Amino acid sequence: MTSLPTNPSKVKLGLVIDLDICVGCHACAVNCKEWNTSGKMAPLTDMQPYGAKPDGVWFNRVHTFEAVDEQAGTSRTVHFPRSCLHCDDAPCVTVCPTGASYKREEDGIVLINSDTCIGCKLCSWACPYGAREYDEDEGVMKKCTLCIDKIYNENLPLESRVPACVSTCPTGARSFGDLADQNSDVSKLVAARGGYALMPEQGTAPVNRYLPPRPKKLGNSLAPRMLEYSDDNSAGVLARWVDKILSA
Amino acid sequence: MHPAKSVIYFTTASGAGYGLMIWLALLAAFGQGPHRLFGVAGFGVAFFLIISGLLSSTAHLGRPERAWRALSQWRSSWLSREGVLAILTFMPAGVFAFFWVVLGVNGGLILVVGLLAAVLSLLTVYTTSMIYASLKTIPAWSNSWTSINYLLMALISGGILALMLLQVFGVEYGAVVPASVVLLCALGAMAKLAYWRTIDVSPARSTAQSATGLGQFGKVHMVESPHSEDNYLLKEMGFSIARKHANALRRVALLCGFVLPMALVAAIGTVGPVMAMALLFVAVLFGAPGLTVERWLFFAEAKHVVTLYYGQSDV
Repeated sequence: MTSLPTNPSKVKLGLVIDLDICVGCHACAVNCKEWNTSGKMAPLTDMQPYGAKPDGVWFNRVHTFEAVDEQAGTSRTVHFPRSCLHCDDAPCVTVCPTGASYKREEDGIVLINSDTCIGCKLCSWACPYGAREYDEDEGVMKKCTLCIDKIYNENLPLESRVPACVSTCPTGARSFGDLADQNSDVSKLVAARGGYALMPEQGTAPVNRYLPPRPKKLGNSLAPRMLEYSDDNSAGVLARWVDKILSA
Repeated sequence: MHPAKSVIYFTTASGAGYGLMIWLALLAAFGQGPHRLFGVAGFGVAFFLIISGLLSSTAHLGRPERAWRALSQWRSSWLSREGVLAILTFMPAGVFAFFWVVLGVNGGLILVVGLLAAVLSLLTVYTTSMIYASLKTIPAWSNSWTSINYLLMALISGGILALMLLQVFGVEYGAVVPASVVLLCALGAMAKLAYWRTIDVSPARSTAQSATGLGQFGKVHMVESPHSEDNYLLKEMGFSIARKHANALRRVALLCGFVLPMALVAAIGTVGPVMAMALLFVAVLFGAPGLTVERWLFFAEAKHVVTLYYGQSDV
């Protein structure tokens, strides 16, 4: 059923992405592709992977933005991983004409049933975040599953039961947990760092949060330290004598 | 948004077909007798446009063989509602057509059935428009002019087709029918101008700052795209049209889709029947591409907020 759950989930699983420490290495995107191309949404088809215009399905895309404050003369360059936010009021779910798109009552994860999707693409039009991509080969839509086949997998050691993007991040910029629980590590992180939702004005009530870059430590001088010629008579007698000869 | 040919044909053709169905019911309601040949042609053209339009809409599906599943989610999805209403409309429309064409009856209880078909046709066009108008991610669509435009365009295109067929089969009709079409053309042109004005002057709802949440650090612009080639998002939602061309095409849509048909229909009362038929043919000849350009622009000019992640500064 493509209506949203009538009993909203008490658990809201999601990601917290720290823009302060993301280095834009794309490891999350690559490991996501690696896990999910044989996971629930498999395959993540690539068209002409070695051709002139390679194109394919990815659940993670890492952008790089620059925020420029002209007046202050400052700017921040920020690496920005973009993936499904598993919205509470997910418009991609309600527009689905077949019921293929749904939000799980138990943990809030938004999924697609590939067996009933007709590939009308309307869900991708309804999503503000570009979280849904069309698989041209299979004729159905694909999206992030929050690694549902990994996070509940009892065959994996406990520490591995997190989404592939989280377990692979070399800087620890991604955290996974229950954002409905105020006492969870992710909720505490969001509270401590002023985590925010993307495009709240779109009314989708995203679950995922982004942590802003920390304020810059500017020090005393804005300009980098430069070497200067010493001409202040602080040099010793011998040095001044050599200088005198050379300057002659 | 990428202007897909199948969706442009679907919305324009089925709109014209449902519009013609509404006109057939209205003609019967205002005492037009069940002229057999006109009935065959009228219902024939209406059903052809509706059915070919609906079939065309399934052409852009990745899995057309599963299209029947789209009838299930009418509680939440406008696309599903459109499918359900389109199929419901066939029932009274089929009965109405059968009695008019085969039994030569279009009054009494059959007229009630015909009017029911007209109401369902109108609702179907409305649900089609709401598929687009309900998408908050596309401000150019999610405004009240979208549905008004779709409904007026259906009534105008259906009305011109009805007039042409009446003229071709030599059916007598009063001055009210062409006068109504002229009035609808004028209203349609005004509504389209109001729509363009709305999308031109409406302030942006979302910006690159709100999309990234980095507004506190200044004005945000993309430095590096995540990928070197176009992906699905850019192909489907990154379509952009040069402002210069958009303005020229708006004039084409306005002239061919509204102004010319209005002038030609207004002139048919002043000329003989053969000349009137010629004028109406010309009206269809210009109206169809005018309507197509209008619908192409509806897609091509619409910006999606996801483009904020790919270099667009506000949508």
